[in-house]
Amino acid sequence: MHDRPLAALAAGLAAREFSSEELVRHQLDRIARLDKGLNAFITVDEEKALAAARAADARLAKGEGGPLAGIPIAHKDLFCAKGWKTTCGSKMLSDWIAPYDAHVVERFAREGAVLVGKTNMDEFAMGSSNESSFFGPVRNPWDRSRVPGGSSGGSAAAVAARLVPGATGTDTGGSIRQPASLCGVSGIRPTYGAVSRYGMVAFASSLDQGGAFGESAEDLALMLNAMAGFDPRDSTSVERPPEDYRRDLPKPVAGLRVGLPKEYFTKDLAPDVAACVTGAIDELKRQGAVPVEISLPNQHLAVPVYYVIAPAEASSNLSRFDGVRYGFRAPEYADLNDLYRKTRAQGFGAEVKRRILVGAYVLSHGYYDAYYLQAQKVRRLIARDFTEAFKACDVIAGPAAPTVAFPIGEKSDDPVQMYLEDLYTISVNLAGLPGLSVPCGFGAHGLPVGLQLIGNYFDEARMLQVAHRYQLATDWHRRRPMGPNLGWPPGKSSSAWRRMRSCPPRPRSSPAHPPPSAPRPTRRPRPWISRCPGCCRC
Amino acid sequence: MLTLEEVQAIADLARIEVPEGEIAALQQQLNGIFGLIEQMRAVDTAGVEPMAHAIDLTQRLREDAVTEEDRHALYQEGAPQVEAGLYLVPKVIE
Repeated sequence: MHDRPLAALAAGLAAREFSSEELVRHQLDRIARLDKGLNAFITVDEEKALAAARAADARLAKGEGGPLAGIPIAHKDLFCAKGWKTTCGSKMLSDWIAPYDAHVVERFAREGAVLVGKTNMDEFAMGSSNESSFFGPVRNPWDRSRVPGGSSGGSAAAVAARLVPGATGTDTGGSIRQPASLCGVSGIRPTYGAVSRYGMVAFASSLDQGGAFGESAEDLALMLNAMAGFDPRDSTSVERPPEDYRRDLPKPVAGLRVGLPKEYFTKDLAPDVAACVTGAIDELKRQGAVPVEISLPNQHLAVPVYYVIAPAEASSNLSRFDGVRYGFRAPEYADLNDLYRKTRAQGFGAEVKRRILVGAYVLSHGYYDAYYLQAQKVRRLIARDFTEAFKACDVIAGPAAPTVAFPIGEKSDDPVQMYLEDLYTISVNLAGLPGLSVPCGFGAHGLPVGLQLIGNYFDEARMLQVAHRYQLATDWHRRRPMGPNLGWPPGKSSSAWRRMRSCPPRPRSSPAHPPPSAPRPTRRPRPWISRCPGCCRC
Repeated sequence: MLTLEEVQAIADLARIEVPEGEIAALQQQLNGIFGLIEQMRAVDTAGVEPMAHAIDLTQRLREDAVTEEDRHALYQEGAPQVEAGLYLVPKVIE
């Protein structure tokens, strides 16, 4: 059951092939068996989940359910969900229970989706490896000695291990696209302002944007349909008529201009990742898309600019965690100032403190113009590069991350090396554009690689169209990690079962471009095993 | 490059206690980050309008009406120390 994408599960629920309660029980069982080895979840609540599943079944029985009714999902643990612990991966909020629902949480609940748990994340979404969580690192389901990426690493790992068919995330500098790439799942960050930030604990308010993970682009479109839309409670929510993000999925990509930034294909990109991404672009070409070389001349400034702007905004946003109003308070202190200083020293982890300090410095008297104002000006230059580029192309393609998943501990002592993980994603956040990552092959050590697509403002439907057409011709997104840590086969080394086809992917014969509602190929391609493992109850 | 005194000063500004023994390591890490940031300081940005937000927005106006209910008791449930609807902190005026 867990091996079907969200869209197929929705069809199964609508046809009453199985109930939401059965599906949710199945996923809860998988989480109970497999998450010990992954640590993708901070909180799982069976009771709440089963109650919501039964309510969804009642709706489905009356024929009232929408496309997400009865579907189990997980929220990144920075979306407030009333009555649920909402920790942001921090000691500061480790016991804090949200008193209200975030807009995104409300929207999924309204659609009848079933919240099964809250996913692990880098503390306050600051990190690219999920190692900075107070609740311990998340492990990559493809290789548990490696990171899943971050900061939405728990959501990416949970979807990759098919613990849930869909999960939410947030992307401030690449926190959806980079873990999607490293975990071999699809993930989208919409245009800034498309999804309300109400109830989403703030990190860097001018860059934060909620999005989603799923197996396929079609799944992402379904989730985005539920999440996106105007919300007066977020002053940066953009007032636009609602749209159906699935509307362009049936359209072929012939004639579409795909921009290839020359700055993305340099020595900074690992050769195995480059080969997979190039293979994906070849597949789009084969379908009639037209490659166009473009330039983003200020691309190299994106990471430096981000590490002024994001910490500046974070230092301001995180000033609310003072031991008075929320969560943790240091047990011993001398006076009020000491209470603040000790609470924040003990409640925040090392990376969060570093960023608060950088932010405090660049905003301080005498340095504001040299750092913060200058960063805002260079941000304008970076955004203009994209505006220019989109005059020559319809969508931009490139890598989502410079390498495949790296070993836990490899970069955790060197903040700057960790920051460079987001080399290809950060500029999109600075410009406020939408971006997504879809699986496009396997690189070194048989680890997944993601293809990043960047769209123009509010052009998510077109990005999803390109991703969907690519996924109709390839099966990378259907691959899932296997091995004893994922429940099968018991007692055998996982490496033997992870042998992957090497990249670049071989394009398969052209499909007849069926509409998205048509049945998708059900054959699960598993060239590396000889028989069905029987773990999936298929 | 930040001096030890500057690191201490911003830690004070940010209300984060840094133990004596950790300041030097923190200074080194922060200087690594500022080394990365340095690249953008040399860019010629004369005449460039600062970009404060991801997309150009005008502030929305709404009716001058009360839209929030009083939920302070609910919100205070997550606070470390509350009494009679007030947040408790150590005495600040002797």
